[in-house]
Amino acid sequence: MTHATARAATVEFEHVTKSYDARAAKAGTPGAVNDLSLAVPAGRICVLVGPSGCGKTTSLKMVNRLIEPTSGRILLDGVDAATRDLTELRRGIGYVIQQTGLFPHQTIEDNVATVPRLLGWPKARQRARAEELLAVVGLEPAQYARRYPAQLSGGERQRVGVARALAADPPVMLMDEPFGAVDPIVRERLQNEFLRIQEQLAKTILFVTHDIDEAIKMGDLVAVMQDGGRVAQYGPPAEILAAPASDFVARFVGADRGLKRLSLTRVADIALSPAITARVGTDAADARRRTLADPFPYLLLLDAGDRPLGWIDQDRIPDEGLLDARHVDSRSPLLDRRTTLKDALSMLLDDLVQAGVVVDRHGALLGLLTIEQVMAFMRDTAVDSAGRDVEPGAGAHG
Amino acid sequence: MAELLRRNGGMLADGLVDHLVLTGIAVGVGFALSLVLVLLIVRSRRLAGPIIAVAGTLYTIPSLALFAFLVPVTGLSLVSAEIGLVSYTLLILVRNILAGLDGVSPDVVEAADGMGHTRLQRLVGVELPLALPLIVAGLRIATVTTIGLVMVTAVIGQGGLGQVMLRGFSLRNWDLVYASLVVMVGLAIAADLLLVLAGRLLTPWTRRRAA
Repeated sequence: MTHATARAATVEFEHVTKSYDARAAKAGTPGAVNDLSLAVPAGRICVLVGPSGCGKTTSLKMVNRLIEPTSGRILLDGVDAATRDLTELRRGIGYVIQQTGLFPHQTIEDNVATVPRLLGWPKARQRARAEELLAVVGLEPAQYARRYPAQLSGGERQRVGVARALAADPPVMLMDEPFGAVDPIVRERLQNEFLRIQEQLAKTILFVTHDIDEAIKMGDLVAVMQDGGRVAQYGPPAEILAAPASDFVARFVGADRGLKRLSLTRVADIALSPAITARVGTDAADARRRTLADPFPYLLLLDAGDRPLGWIDQDRIPDEGLLDARHVDSRSPLLDRRTTLKDALSMLLDDLVQAGVVVDRHGALLGLLTIEQVMAFMRDTAVDSAGRDVEPGAGAHG
Repeated sequence: MAELLRRNGGMLADGLVDHLVLTGIAVGVGFALSLVLVLLIVRSRRLAGPIIAVAGTLYTIPSLALFAFLVPVTGLSLVSAEIGLVSYTLLILVRNILAGLDGVSPDVVEAADGMGHTRLQRLVGVELPLALPLIVAGLRIATVTTIGLVMVTAVIGQGGLGQVMLRGFSLRNWDLVYASLVVMVGLAIAADLLLVLAGRLLTPWTRRRAA
């Protein structure tokens, strides 16, 4: 986005260890972290995902020092967090937790203005900032500012939690299962809204979840963690799905990782194939000749603006005269470049003509997507059984 | 009735004022002292056991015995009365304030820490406000209990309405005895209602549930 904030910091874990039992510094204690090294580039979402007790939340809380590491360093923009004043450090890091931790005794506005208040901003600026952020997270300030948390739904409270974390425009945000306490429909909406907000803000975000689907959806980078805070694999989601680094990762991402890859890849990532087309009002005989010469047995009829009207079976194209919208005998679902391959494939399987018609935002034809192309893409980006590395789905994550 | 009030109204009114003052000082000082004790406990949790044990021991001493014990030390004075009265409020208040603080959700405490509250900011800005319902509940019990106990301090020359009642006994004026009792019960009920009202005004968030 154009007004992306310049204020995003890198976050680096350098050999960070947290042991809860001095005698057994080895891994094994739930929540323990053993020699974690991880670098998160500025402005990206890094998701820590793993089974419960794998140390992902511990790792997160060591960044704002709610938990102090036993050894190792965590660098924010190159500065060791341990050397910074504790309250100053925390006020510069947005923090969102699952149960929101909203202050029940404060209005929504006061909750959102928490860090600005701690930083001593003037009252008017606090209020203006709170209203601005409520609008950003989709809560009408006039309606919500004066209410108390108990008067809000779970989803609304989570939005307030996000707004509160953003209040002082921190370069880094920590989010601990931020959408874990709401129902799946609300969760999906909050995820989408958050990705939209992040597109503009470009914060560096550490995001903890135990849900691999959420990790794949939210992460620019995903760190799959296993017991003892060890990173089993770290990379873009498409890479983790296409080439799991170990049996643990393969099991964790699930047997349906192929389908997950489909949901991660968008139509825009695939080279489309051309269609045989003809505009309404053009010569039918010519169109018939061209269609018969091509192995694909359908003609795609377009209107004057190149918007697809539907298919005409090659055998039903008139021998003479002009083409007309009445000749259309079947239609295909229209896909746009943002449609995921999973959705596209699902629509294609339901359809008579197994080619998806991809259009741009004005509805004009871009090309065709066939099941064969989807299969070929999956084959080309998968890893072979020897574990050979392959290129990740290019720009697969929106 | 009118006759009773005409003859003893002044005495009852004086007794009521004394009673209010004795109660007010006791609960006020008791509350301040309890806050200090709770702050100590918050700083060092190990102090919780000893402090509550001492407050509990004080609470078990029969009131008459405590006042009798204090007279040789501090005399038949307001100080003697207040030492006893304050002592009795401590257990109730310390326990309720602590329960209120402990009842604050761990998520809220963690969020407060995570956003960079200092310890004092967290206590004053987050934990004490959220403990208010239980603090007010403690104040209500302490106040009503103290109003009753003030009666007993009549034996050491204080007592507010207790004095009036003793006067009634010695004059065998039963109407006066009953009148002082009625005024005292009225005072207790009024004080309790006032605290309930104050509590509601101080905790608007507890009244506005899901719209």
